[in-house]
Amino acid sequence: MRTFFTSLWGKLAIGGVIVVVAAILPLLNIHIPGVLPGPTYTAGAMSMLAYAFLIAALALSYHLIFGVAGMLSFGHAMFFAAGAYGLAILLGLLAPSGMPPTVVFLIAIVLTLVLALVLGGLVGALALRVTGISFAMVTLAFAQAANVLIRRNTGGLTGGEEGVRITTEVVPEFFVGVVNTRNLYWLALGILVLVYLACLWVERSRLGHVVAASRENELRVTVLGLRPYQVRLFVFVAAAVLGSVAGMGFMLLQSGATPRISTADFTLTLLVIVVLGGVGYRWGAIVGGIVYTILDQRLADLASAAWIHDLPDVLRIPLSEPLFILGMLFVLVVMFAPGGIVGLSHRITRRRGGKQDAAQPEALQDVEA
Amino acid sequence: MSIIILLLITGVGLGALYFLVASGLSLIYGLMGVLNFAHGSFLTIAGFIGWEVGRRVGDGTWAGLLIGMLVGVVVGAVVAALTELVFIRPLYNRHIEQVLVTVGLGLASVALFEGIWGTDPIQIRLPGWLGETTNVLGANIPNDRWLLIGAAIAVLLLIVLFLQRTSYGLVIRAGVENRTMVTALGIDVRRAFTIVFAIGGAAAGLGGVLASVYYGQVSAHQGTSLLIFAFIVTVIGGLGSLTGAAIASVLVAVIQQFANFYGGWGDFAVVLALALVLLFRPTGLMGKVKH
Repeated sequence: MRTFFTSLWGKLAIGGVIVVVAAILPLLNIHIPGVLPGPTYTAGAMSMLAYAFLIAALALSYHLIFGVAGMLSFGHAMFFAAGAYGLAILLGLLAPSGMPPTVVFLIAIVLTLVLALVLGGLVGALALRVTGISFAMVTLAFAQAANVLIRRNTGGLTGGEEGVRITTEVVPEFFVGVVNTRNLYWLALGILVLVYLACLWVERSRLGHVVAASRENELRVTVLGLRPYQVRLFVFVAAAVLGSVAGMGFMLLQSGATPRISTADFTLTLLVIVVLGGVGYRWGAIVGGIVYTILDQRLADLASAAWIHDLPDVLRIPLSEPLFILGMLFVLVVMFAPGGIVGLSHRITRRRGGKQDAAQPEALQDVEA
Repeated sequence: MSIIILLLITGVGLGALYFLVASGLSLIYGLMGVLNFAHGSFLTIAGFIGWEVGRRVGDGTWAGLLIGMLVGVVVGAVVAALTELVFIRPLYNRHIEQVLVTVGLGLASVALFEGIWGTDPIQIRLPGWLGETTNVLGANIPNDRWLLIGAAIAVLLLIVLFLQRTSYGLVIRAGVENRTMVTALGIDVRRAFTIVFAIGGAAAGLGGVLASVYYGQVSAHQGTSLLIFAFIVTVIGGLGSLTGAAIASVLVAVIQQFANFYGGWGDFAVVLALALVLLFRPTGLMGKVKH
């Protein structure tokens, strides 16, 4: 049965309402204790939400590789880092050139995008020559190499363990400082919407269908005369560029970055986010990204709560390690709720509607979400 | 000349450490198709508990170290077998999910170790002999390298003996070759899974205690950092091949030592080696060709 809410216009309307609500949050005074660090108009709450949006955008770009194309990449953090570091380094290099700040800012953004495009193309072209676990290992190796380069302070540009700071003189004024957190919040929201639309476009295109088909049955796609390699490479590069966009937003928001964002652990976090939200669902990546970021931040606060300190060691130590709780949560989701948060909510709404839908084939679920 | 000998022997020593981790990874992947991201945690927990027991028996004595090694082997085997039974077995034949579970366990356990033993590395005391050097053809080799090399050779021999001479070893070898056929012949291959995990865990556990000897400290991140190199070694050697893992461990570690000494780009050389091997021989040095 097609209701208004499942039709195209209905979905557009829901999406529009969510974006509008998210956009006016900084103007409202909503306080959800335990979830947000303060009322929504405060800088603390806004920057946390903006960070969550950017992580969600990054998770969405990872969803393209892992959820849509079915490729297990361990190197996606490299592109996020390329966006963040690329923007900061280029701004730093171009700042003394004497060009107007706005021009410098735009040139730096375009060059960073080109950098991500080239990097994604090179790594993808090499890594996609192998599949499965070997693909995962090649991407891991490249990411590891990038991480080493960044930590070594290569060319005196990446700042080693200290990381890089953004050159604020050439950044437009409305993106600088705590006073303008609201603008950065809107920027992050804009990036999330942009990445979402790009993912939607890639997935709905003929190319997206070919990629999804080669995930399900590569041999058959080849027999039909199509080339999985090319479409996979396109998706890989698209995800790399989108990931770097999220990285640039991260750099503007935090006005600095450390090598942590290029580690394999950071990519594993992305994997956790996508699976937590629900593999194959676009909304899963977004919900997963936001839920994960909020949990990560709030669990750290929980760790310093007074009542935790009074517990015996057996309970106190696991509860005061956010990553332990998140890791175990992830294990439970993988074992008992393979569809993640979004899959779970789908199952519940179906049951409530009284419809006993037969289990859909995996491929269909992906397209539908 | 003495520098080359020094680099070679210390490289083989580091390779021995890689092999202790990579042998289990390779066997597990070969039989079950699971890349075990929790393997580093087996190593770390065995390192910690081995050290805790060893220092109570006798801090900085041979008795303490040997008992620590024994405890490490047992802890590694038990933890690995439990992991297989509780987390991997319920996801029978769902490889991606199995890998994801090990990823989650790896992340969670490191956080737990940090909670228990702190984030900073703990310096440990060792028997005096291990801190000294032996002169080989003019090169002063640190003595702990001999312990590492000896242990790795012993583990290699034991695993090969087990695989070649016991009936379970036969099942495991057959399972690596063709699991469907083994199952079709009515052999319960799942028991072999647990055994392979236990063997891999035992080797990693020994590796955990020896890693603390090599680095002179125990830390919550020891396993994770070794794991990445062990992965690379496993892929270069050919997933599923024990001989490949042994050869690749030594190769990778020696290349790393030389590159580190001449220019300090050891980690980079290893990554480069992996990229080259995968481009020209995607199945690895000793890996079987896919059918």
